Amino acid sequence: MCRLIAITSDTPVSPMVALNALDVMREGHDGSGVGLFLRDLGGPWEDMKDAPILSGIFTEAGIRRLDNYMIDLGFLTKYKVSIKAPKVPPAGVPKRDLYLIRAYEYPEEWDGLTDFDRLSRLVNIRLKLQEMGREENDMIVFSFWPDTIMIKEIGDPMTVGRYLELGNEKLNARVVMAQGRQNTNYAINLYACHPFFLQGFSTMTNGENTAFVPIREYLMSRGEPGYTGFFSDSEVFVHILHYAQTHLGLDLASYKHIITPLQDADLESHPNGDFLTHLKRTCRKLIIDGPNCVIGVLPDNTMFMTQDRKKLRPGVVGGKPGMYVFSSEVCGLDYIMPDRDARTDFQPMHLDTAIVRPDRLEVNICRQTQRLSHLH
Amino acid sequence: MSTDTKIIPSSLAIKDLPWQIAWDKDKCTLCGRCTAVCPVNAIELGVFRKRVVEVDINAPRQPGNVFKTFNGIRQRTAPAYSCVGCAMCNMVCPNDCIKPMASDEADKLKFHLNQGGQAERRGGRRNDPGGVLDRIKFIRISMLTDPALDAGRHEFEMRTLLGRIYPPEQNMEMLRTHGWIPPVREIYPLIIGGMSFGALSPTMWEGLQMGVAYLNEELGMPVRICTGEGGCPPRLLRSRFLRYVILQIASGYFGWDEIIHAIPEMQVDPCAIEIKYGQGAKPGDGGLLMWHKVNKLIAAIRGVPDGVSLPSPPTHQTQYSIEESVAKMIQSMYMAWGFRVPVYPKISGSSTALAVLNNLTRNPYAAGLAIDGEDGGTGAAYNVSMNHMGHPIASSLRDCYQNLVSLGQQNEIPLFAGGGVGKNGNLAANAAALIMLGASGVQIGKSLMQSAAGCLGSETRRCNICNIGRCPKGITSQDPRLYRRLDPDDVAQRVVDVFVSFDTEFRKIVAPLGRSTTLPIGMSDALGIDDKDIAERLKIKYVV
Repeated sequence: MCRLIAITSDTPVSPMVALNALDVMREGHDGSGVGLFLRDLGGPWEDMKDAPILSGIFTEAGIRRLDNYMIDLGFLTKYKVSIKAPKVPPAGVPKRDLYLIRAYEYPEEWDGLTDFDRLSRLVNIRLKLQEMGREENDMIVFSFWPDTIMIKEIGDPMTVGRYLELGNEKLNARVVMAQGRQNTNYAINLYACHPFFLQGFSTMTNGENTAFVPIREYLMSRGEPGYTGFFSDSEVFVHILHYAQTHLGLDLASYKHIITPLQDADLESHPNGDFLTHLKRTCRKLIIDGPNCVIGVLPDNTMFMTQDRKKLRPGVVGGKPGMYVFSSEVCGLDYIMPDRDARTDFQPMHLDTAIVRPDRLEVNICRQTQRLSHLH
Repeated sequence: MSTDTKIIPSSLAIKDLPWQIAWDKDKCTLCGRCTAVCPVNAIELGVFRKRVVEVDINAPRQPGNVFKTFNGIRQRTAPAYSCVGCAMCNMVCPNDCIKPMASDEADKLKFHLNQGGQAERRGGRRNDPGGVLDRIKFIRISMLTDPALDAGRHEFEMRTLLGRIYPPEQNMEMLRTHGWIPPVREIYPLIIGGMSFGALSPTMWEGLQMGVAYLNEELGMPVRICTGEGGCPPRLLRSRFLRYVILQIASGYFGWDEIIHAIPEMQVDPCAIEIKYGQGAKPGDGGLLMWHKVNKLIAAIRGVPDGVSLPSPPTHQTQYSIEESVAKMIQSMYMAWGFRVPVYPKISGSSTALAVLNNLTRNPYAAGLAIDGEDGGTGAAYNVSMNHMGHPIASSLRDCYQNLVSLGQQNEIPLFAGGGVGKNGNLAANAAALIMLGASGVQIGKSLMQSAAGCLGSETRRCNICNIGRCPKGITSQDPRLYRRLDPDDVAQRVVDVFVSFDTEFRKIVAPLGRSTTLPIGMSDALGIDDKDIAERLKIKYVV
């Protein structure tokens, strides 16, 4: 079972804090991979919130291809952090040439574009770069989005963190998500490392989505270019989240109603039973199955945790105003916030979604049996 | 046979028949029950002459021949009276001294079942015991990657939807604007397929209906039953139990006068309307109720004179194109119930099924598509249709599902698969395989007749005389002397047994696969088969 840690904090924190917490919980991951997602960035990134940031791993040749491609499109480098890894990687970590995090200036001809068009183009560029990388095996691109950094690598999280010197002050962020991967069904593949990212949404999971194949088939037919990849059965969680919010215009509380809907008796007595019955029926193709604790973040930096229908996975949310931590194990939470009031920790059960809004003032609990706040 | 009997081309010996009666003289009590029960009069009382060599110990004379006679059972060999292997003789024999034995080689009878130019007609099923469904294995067991689910303890939601499902965006738009959203039924994924009142005896029909009512009202399992084409008894039409019934309309429109007239008096809506365009057992051929079975009651319900054969036309006479049937028939059936009842077509498995499906995808009223594979059963059909016409269900269904996937409409038009499901007694495994290949639900018929009523028919040419109304178990007979053998309460009890045990077995399949929150429709990654070509065709894993 994978280990998950997510931090949302008013003051930026180092990703090493999250990796240390993963290390505390290390019994649960096998070192088959680590993924980091950083958002609401601090440090040097603070002044370039709108600039799209490209994160990935490149060979020397890959970098040249990237530069040519981006220059052709009219992108100019605004700022970059390149991590030139030592010659000899630690055991279990593959040899790479360069880990790149680079913010770009938009091309001038994009000036008149709406936000929607601009962001759609970013998705297409990321997909194109990923495709180019697969062709020549020289680029791995994780994200290309404003105010977002992603780093993924195979190996033990702490070892990778130290090796890449992720503790440097240029990499602080107010929203940090990290996963230590326990490889389950699918091959060890870098793209299969959580968290997964799509157009401002990100999720990570410790579990196994046994309904993966039918869900993938449905998502692939939605005509959304970003619904691709599917290297992990857990990748669909972020797609479903994106679909619910952008295609259906639903709020976060409704996400749980899509992935694990209520059963008949509860629907009958639910104040929005009629609507939810329709939602359950029409989104039946998106119902997940198997044990899953999902932690995710929305484009506005709202962070949440929700559980599968049977609550087969652990998961806890704790903290205090200004900083909250979502963790798969209590020891991970204890490591990061030993001084919190542990009596206020909350472990979401099978009907719950725990939500911390961008103001980071409290943990909101949505129970599926509650009235929906507003219907769109 | 006596020495001067004329041999004609159709003179057969017992050895030439598919079934040979083994009779034990020593155990026979000559009670006559076997000859009385035989549905085709294949056996009769025989008087046999026998030479016995007798030796007198006191030897006043030479040993000599003595001719004696004895009574016993004689098997008839005329094609019209050949044994069908039902083994009722064996069932009624007090001393277990008689039983039919399958011939050890291909019989000669089948060359002669066309006397007077009448091609062989029979009931039952395709005479082929094999099938792909039994070979499919469930290979994706969540064991360590996932806590195994407990089929007996955990919550399982194993219902399916019958009805047109709009895409989420469109459905929401309709909710917002108070537009029409197609009616949808949440039902149990194992459906009792269309077997008509007429094809089945009154006791069998009553037993099925009672079983279904019990499952719904006492056990909370929303099981549905289709009427087949033969109308529906008037009292059922006016009862609350109609909600468990799918009314079928087919090319003969039998019984629909009664149904239409009952609409104003209906307390509840029926579950759905099935428009039968085809049937797996005899694709391209219409329904057939032979005159033997058309008694006064059947004639009254169907609105026809009694004692005449009732063939339905091979096609709906009012239709000249697929657009006609899809657009007009579906819509007029919707209209009859005020657009509150789902209407869907049923076709036979066919390489043209995709064309039908593609047409339905563009019709917002089509509530689903039922596909009946070549192994589907029938009460009466030409043998050639049954044995040689039709398409196996597995690839027909799979193609249709894959087609929906490519259109992004999977589960929006639910597919229901039937035809040979559970034909070798593996009901839950067959049903689960079809669901994971893409079916939203599964229709059964013969399997239930075997398990719930003790039907003796088999894919190896046993019995299968449903067409002539002589069913020895009283399942497909309209003769009170025969159908009295079947107690409707017993049938109902067995129907409940079958569904309850199916439910357990089904959970025993899906729980290890890690599925419980929703029916695993299209979960093809769970399936494997030990044949590369089949695996490739069905897009499942090849495992050895």
